[in-house]
Amino acid sequence: MTRLKADARHSVRFTLNGRPAEGEAEPRMLLSDFLRHQLGATGTHVGCEHGVCGACTIVVDGMLTRSCLTLAAQADGCDLKTVEGLAPSADRLGVLQQAFRRNHALQCGFCTAGILMSLDHYLAKNSAPTEAETRDLLSGHICRCTGYTPIIQAALEAAAKLASSKKETSDA
Amino acid sequence: MVQAAVQSANSVDQGDDRPWVGRSIERVEDAALLSGGGRFIDDLGVAPGTLHATILRSPHAHADILSIDIEAAKRLPGVTAVLTGEAVKAVTTTLVVGVKAPVECWPIAMDRVRYVGEPVAVVVATDRARAEDAAELINVEYRPRGAVVDPLGALVSGAPVLHDGFPGNLASERAFRYGDPEKAFADAPHRFSIDIRYPRNSCTPIETYGVVASHDAGEDAYEVLANFQGPFSIHTVIARALKVPGNRLRLRTPPDSGGSFGVKQGVFPYIVLIAAAARVTGRPVKWIEDRLEHLTASVSATNRATTLSAAVAADGKILALDWDQVEDCGAHLRAPEPATLYRMHGNMTGAYDIRHVKIRNRVVVTNKTPTGLNRGFGGPQVYFALERLVQRIAISLKLDPLDVIKRNLIDAGAFPYRTATGALLDSGNYQEAVARAAAQGRLAELKARRDEARAQGRLYGIGFTAVVEPSVSNMGYITTVLTAAERRKAGPKNGAQATATVGLDPVGSVTVHVASVPQGQGHRTVLSQVVADVFGLQPKDIRVNTEIDTAKDAWSIASGNYASRFAAAVAGTAKLAAERVAGRLARIAASQLNVEAADVVFARGFVASKHNPENRIAFSRVAALSHWSPGSLPDDAGQTIRETVFWTPPELTPPDEDDRINSSLCHGFIFDFCGVEIDRVTLETRIDRYVTMHDCGTILHPGMVNGQIRGGFAQALGAALYEEYAYAEDGSFLTGTLADYLLPTTTEVPEPEIFHMETPSPFTPLGAKGVGEGNCMSTPVCLANAVADALGVADITLPLVPARLAELVRGAEPPAPAGGATAAPAREGDRQLRGEGQASVKGAPEQVWAMLLDPNTLQSVIPGCQRVDKVTDTHFRADVTLGIGPVSGRYRADVELFDLDPPRAVTLRGGATGALGFGNAEGRITLAPDGNGGTKLTYNYDAAIGGKVASIGGRLLDGATRVIIGQFFTALARRAGGGGAEGGGLSLFALLAKVASLFGGRR
Ligand code: FES
Ligand code: FES
Repeated sequence: MTRLKADARHSVRFTLNGRPAEGEAEPRMLLSDFLRHQLGATGTHVGCEHGVCGACTIVVDGMLTRSCLTLAAQADGCDLKTVEGLAPSADRLGVLQQAFRRNHALQCGFCTAGILMSLDHYLAKNSAPTEAETRDLLSGHICRCTGYTPIIQAALEAAAKLASSKKETSDA
Repeated sequence: MVQAAVQSANSVDQGDDRPWVGRSIERVEDAALLSGGGRFIDDLGVAPGTLHATILRSPHAHADILSIDIEAAKRLPGVTAVLTGEAVKAVTTTLVVGVKAPVECWPIAMDRVRYVGEPVAVVVATDRARAEDAAELINVEYRPRGAVVDPLGALVSGAPVLHDGFPGNLASERAFRYGDPEKAFADAPHRFSIDIRYPRNSCTPIETYGVVASHDAGEDAYEVLANFQGPFSIHTVIARALKVPGNRLRLRTPPDSGGSFGVKQGVFPYIVLIAAAARVTGRPVKWIEDRLEHLTASVSATNRATTLSAAVAADGKILALDWDQVEDCGAHLRAPEPATLYRMHGNMTGAYDIRHVKIRNRVVVTNKTPTGLNRGFGGPQVYFALERLVQRIAISLKLDPLDVIKRNLIDAGAFPYRTATGALLDSGNYQEAVARAAAQGRLAELKARRDEARAQGRLYGIGFTAVVEPSVSNMGYITTVLTAAERRKAGPKNGAQATATVGLDPVGSVTVHVASVPQGQGHRTVLSQVVADVFGLQPKDIRVNTEIDTAKDAWSIASGNYASRFAAAVAGTAKLAAERVAGRLARIAASQLNVEAADVVFARGFVASKHNPENRIAFSRVAALSHWSPGSLPDDAGQTIRETVFWTPPELTPPDEDDRINSSLCHGFIFDFCGVEIDRVTLETRIDRYVTMHDCGTILHPGMVNGQIRGGFAQALGAALYEEYAYAEDGSFLTGTLADYLLPTTTEVPEPEIFHMETPSPFTPLGAKGVGEGNCMSTPVCLANAVADALGVADITLPLVPARLAELVRGAEPPAPAGGATAAPAREGDRQLRGEGQASVKGAPEQVWAMLLDPNTLQSVIPGCQRVDKVTDTHFRADVTLGIGPVSGRYRADVELFDLDPPRAVTLRGGATGALGFGNAEGRITLAPDGNGGTKLTYNYDAAIGGKVASIGGRLLDGATRVIIGQFFTALARRAGGGGAEGGGLSLFALLAKVASLFGGRR
């Protein structure tokens, strides 16, 4: 592993939502801060910076990751996905995002990015989750506004929609 | 289950002439928030050259500051300034205090700290990390004082006093009498009492505080961006503290705010602090609070000790109440406190018809974080006492608790009803609401479930609560803390000005601005519905702005988002503003359409004749005329470019001569009941069913109303079952992370069964009442009543954690058996860490002994040790860097050796201090030959810690202690092995430094 000098800035390169991204970071800089303040990808939020609230959750090399517990330098060369990469286009929301909007699954929206990332990642592999499984998955996220039920409802609705559209595609 | 619950939110119909208000349309706020496009304070760019602040905070609950050495910090590259209390004092003045007393309230400690987390210095640097580096280099010398954390303890004579201006820690005392309570108590056949300790907690928004401030020296004017939530009466407090007139404090809010629930009112002392830093440095300064700071030192709801007595008739009718409330506002009485105590003053009889009331209110200060706004604001504390007492009355008189509730409810024909203490309850039908809830929530079946569960030997209980939810606060209620004579002198305070502006631009599109500062409540969506209905447009045609800029917008002291005032006051005011514009547009259109103004309607994007809908003009055309041809408008129409309405309800009058106060404008009604089961083994509380019936007047957006109810319910469930801002007896704060201050997650929060009834308020433009806070008032006590019913116990204290229930059911836990290497708090809430263990090291006891006393060896084996200095043969000093969980920092340890018995035993005693905390420890190490040429070491220690390290909790300390001690012995053994004959020692000292620096022991 490369040794980094504590007081120097090092260049960090990775793929962010399918596009190359690059910036400089001291070894101690958190990935969450790097995304937000170096790259301007402020959709990822920090609520605790100690790994409990889940607001900062992103996907790194296909794994759900707390970006507040990851150093920017660790992400060098990785493939990152954040909330900014969820919508199919700038003026359209994805299926999961639409389900959130329909079900009032957010209020302040501060926790939402992390929850969306966990669900997006999970639903890609689990097409028919139960309510209990969904609650279990999301127990690593704190939302202070919604009381959670609308989030669960949105997740289940999105799962059903995604499954049926997948079916349509494969039928076609 | 979930499906049905959210269904109402999904029924969006299109293409008819039904009003938009009352429909659950999708929120205009959501697209950006769902795709990472939110604009929260830390997402917005700052001016080039903006500096970043970090705050050094007190590790002590109560101590004199003897000296602050900032030299090393100031020398660090990148550091622009270090502000201590003195520097802040030079450019500001004290924050006003809400009672008449000779006390000051600064946003930073002057010469004394009074709570853990109180700011001691502000470091300003080119970036946050550098500022934090510098903060670690500040050396503060404290002389600890005795601390007081319990509100009743604070009043005991001889208790440490926080402020000389509050003798005996009493900040305010008032007695009130309504009706003839003495006679009612004397005549009543029964008297029942209850003693309550309501704990400290907070609604803890997921976004923390943020402030960006700058100062224009030329004009001596401040510009501040902060995620403040109001009330904007606080603007006057900030401007005064910064020593500028209000027009030289421009306060703005960001477009989005990540939740508040009252809590972000508490950012205002930091606005003063960061603005002062901006003035001193001459540069913009930004500060974003971290979670540890937030939990430790942002703000908290009040904890309260209450004794409530009731005079009761044989049938359960309550004839009189006698309240004795001791409110704990923490270390400083910060604006608007003691408002938490007085917010409910008109509602001290709850939903009941009780004509005789006595109240004694005392406000005390203790060595804890100052309190402020928090969802429910005074309601949870009051209803916990009142509704627990109602249950006690029922049990004592062998009546059904629900019958006692029903016997006392205010009659449906009595509205508007003036309570004994002065509130004017606007409307309601409480009996009907209870009846509907019991039927729709299947109460009879729930009772059968309880019977069945109990027959099987399970612990099952049912709780009830009836609550009046006040909303739209009277800005004058807080003056009830003053006597009538003091109020006469100060001048009357009352009302609740709401403002709304509706503007039409040159192409006729509609903009709405309100000073409501939402934190996720969807105000923009609801306002678009309200205004669309007035203009016959669609919500998407209306653009709404809810940010506030005090330099340019219409606002008043009541502006902001608190006291559930949006639906009742703000949305109604927007309707009034839109109607005023519509009235003028109607006159203009009438002249163009050649009809009477009364014949004009706004529908489907047109302004048309009611009688002949074909006779019409596009709305946008009429709307634009004021811009393009003002000269050709009818004379009486006036302009239609922009209309601002200020609305304050006449019902909100100041307290009268007899201290009666209509503390709020609207009063919703909530009736809750629930069934809970408590696991006999784990004593975990599981909610089987929670039914909540709400009458919040006219519902503007069903999806959002249910969202408010669910959100409040989840927070109340946390307060009931998990959450407490815990303090040790010496004032150390024990719940500084979200792993210690436990918030409910998806697996703990069930879906409540929500039912509605709509009795419109006659006092608000839309008939709506507030709904956001009710469950924070009703749910904690409803769950407590159910748990009391399940366990058959008389007294219940929140939060209902299993350990507490275990004590209730089984008595106190016996101490754990001794033995093994353990390091654990002796009991819950105790910061004392005791432990013992053993280790084997190569080398004879003599060699090990020598190592232990050798600074070089020590330095190399103590984890994180930078240097060890030998002061005398038995006195060492060490610099150590240690990390525990998220908190790592540098400590200076001072260790002395006693009772030396070379090479067999030694006692070490010492202390350590650092930016992250302090501690003291004592340990004894014994060395004995292990029979193989090595040494067997046995050790025990006894330590206590304070400051930030304490706040992260014994949970981490336990493991960290073992890890660090393990590292020490491993290093020692390695050194002993590697050094061959030189042997390994165990650094006693290291051990001690370690233990002391981390866990330091008792003072
Ligand atoms: S910010 Fe990363 S888990 Fe809370
Ligand atoms: S929507 Fe506000 S914290 Fe989840």
